[in-house]
Amino acid sequence: MQQFLDRKKYPRGAWVGIALIAIALVVLPFALTAVGTAWVRITNLAILFVLLSLGLNIVVGFAGLLDLGYIAFYAVGAYTYALLASPHFDLHLPFWIILPIGAAVACLFGVLLGAPTLKLRGDYLAIVTLGFGEIIRIFLNNLSQPVNLTNGPQGITLIDPFRIGAFNFAKRETIFGLDFTGPVKYYYFMVLLVIVIIVINLRLQNSRIGRAWEAIREDEIAARAMGINTRNMKLLAFAMGASFGGISGGIFSATQGFISPESFVLVESIMVLSMVVLGGMGNVYGVVLGAILLSFVPEILRYTVEPVQKALFGRMLIEPEVIRMLLFGLALVLMMLYRPAGILPSALRKRELEAK
Amino acid sequence: MSSQHLALLTAKGISKRFGGVHALADVGFTINHGEIYGLIGPNGAGKTSLFNVLTGIYSPDGGEFIFDGQPLNGLKPNEVAERGIARTFQNIRLFANLSALENVMIGRHVRTHATVIGAVFRGPRTMAEEKAIEQRAYELLDYVGVQKRANDLAKHLAYGDQRRLEIARALATEPKLLALDEPAAGMNATETADLRRLLERIRRDGTTILLIEHDMKLVMNVCDRVMVLDYGKKIAEGAAAVVQKDEKVVAAYLGGEVTLNLKGTG
Repeated sequence: MQQFLDRKKYPRGAWVGIALIAIALVVLPFALTAVGTAWVRITNLAILFVLLSLGLNIVVGFAGLLDLGYIAFYAVGAYTYALLASPHFDLHLPFWIILPIGAAVACLFGVLLGAPTLKLRGDYLAIVTLGFGEIIRIFLNNLSQPVNLTNGPQGITLIDPFRIGAFNFAKRETIFGLDFTGPVKYYYFMVLLVIVIIVINLRLQNSRIGRAWEAIREDEIAARAMGINTRNMKLLAFAMGASFGGISGGIFSATQGFISPESFVLVESIMVLSMVVLGGMGNVYGVVLGAILLSFVPEILRYTVEPVQKALFGRMLIEPEVIRMLLFGLALVLMMLYRPAGILPSALRKRELEAK
Repeated sequence: MSSQHLALLTAKGISKRFGGVHALADVGFTINHGEIYGLIGPNGAGKTSLFNVLTGIYSPDGGEFIFDGQPLNGLKPNEVAERGIARTFQNIRLFANLSALENVMIGRHVRTHATVIGAVFRGPRTMAEEKAIEQRAYELLDYVGVQKRANDLAKHLAYGDQRRLEIARALATEPKLLALDEPAAGMNATETADLRRLLERIRRDGTTILLIEHDMKLVMNVCDRVMVLDYGKKIAEGAAAVVQKDEKVVAAYLGGEVTLNLKGTG
């Protein structure tokens, strides 16, 4: 697909494939609604994780900076939206103004959180970024006094949905004879956004900036010796990754209608990182696949684990939640043993992991 | 004729200590435009330390460099490269998992300008620059003689090719001074002869070269002038043939006092 976008030489087969995927994407929400109304919501959450994974992929995959606190930018974006579109400050700006603001605020935090980490490598970088992630969450939890900024652990409720004029994304209505629930409307918005973000990522990867990030990943000293301003490039990676997190956070706020610091705990950062690593760190398509799998499979398991156990053993032996975690852990172990480069490894990753 | 006009790099009083070890002690020298200047000395003499201080990896404890009329003090490595000094490394620091072509393309970074905006929107100027980068990279691979390996990973290249690739990558930054750290290390006679031709070609095409080397034959054949370091101090500077015969230099390499007994017995 990269060739298709860059150099206009694509076989007819690719066109057919793309058309099929496009049709599937358009039809999907209605097909899912037939299975169960919750599945569109689950899909939307999966798309948010895809956005997050793509953002983290810039930091971890392209530039090679291990970030364990990425969810902080999601939180920043979510709260920016919530504070500007809810009864909390009684501000009700439209989403198409707030989302860019959220991206910019997250960008700023990306630079702020990245700046102290520039001289750190590996484990130290990971721990410091983890710390920053927690600091943001704790701030959000406590900024209810002396001035009530975030409403503390109670969070912010009644967050405005997206609106364009009279068109309200949360309202269920019938258009062209089809039943558009809130989640279905958000779905189409998010799919379009994801496609744009994927294109941006692919273009970044295959550019002067992308090559500079690769150089820093491979050998930072040599990169500096060749004139690359590694400080600025690293900050740029943090900033760009954070901005995607910020946009996703804003959408999260709007679709949920309610946010609290509890949504932005450490395990979420680790979840996004797992998606990036499992999917294939550095490979944009791999990361998308990783996010989709790790979002959907646990949900599918939740619905199948009970009936399967009942059919096999006559009763439920292990709770679905427990099975989820067991299988998740097992999947991670198997991946690291047999396919450490990820499901769709980036060419770079594969080369790094193959014996010389 | 004043040699000031010819000087590309002047060093005065460069000192560097690591704890109690004086890696460099009051080193001063001048490199003129268009020459190939050798830096020799026994192992541990401070040659690579001098490179590292020159290119901003360490800051000197004393002294200064004047490069092309401007002081280099306090510059970071990427700023030094931007000023026009590019280097290779003693242990080869290529981007191992990237192709030879990508390695050289990264060398073009410092002389090109595309930003994130350019990367995302891919306007005509950015696309033209990308094309030029790739083209120049192919030219440089050809210049050093590894064009056939353009799409091979750097880590899969033969040793001699890796050394030449590192030179191509350094040349991509359009340096005024090319600083090479033991480029002939591990090369056989044929490869060294090829390297010598390459160095002469680089000089002919207008780039000044500073060369750390142990291969005395190469140094003698290719260097215009040479400086000898021993235990961080400069002990000789001048034409290669002259310096080679200097007593202090011989003693430094042989590790002891040498008495030149020219008068026969008695």
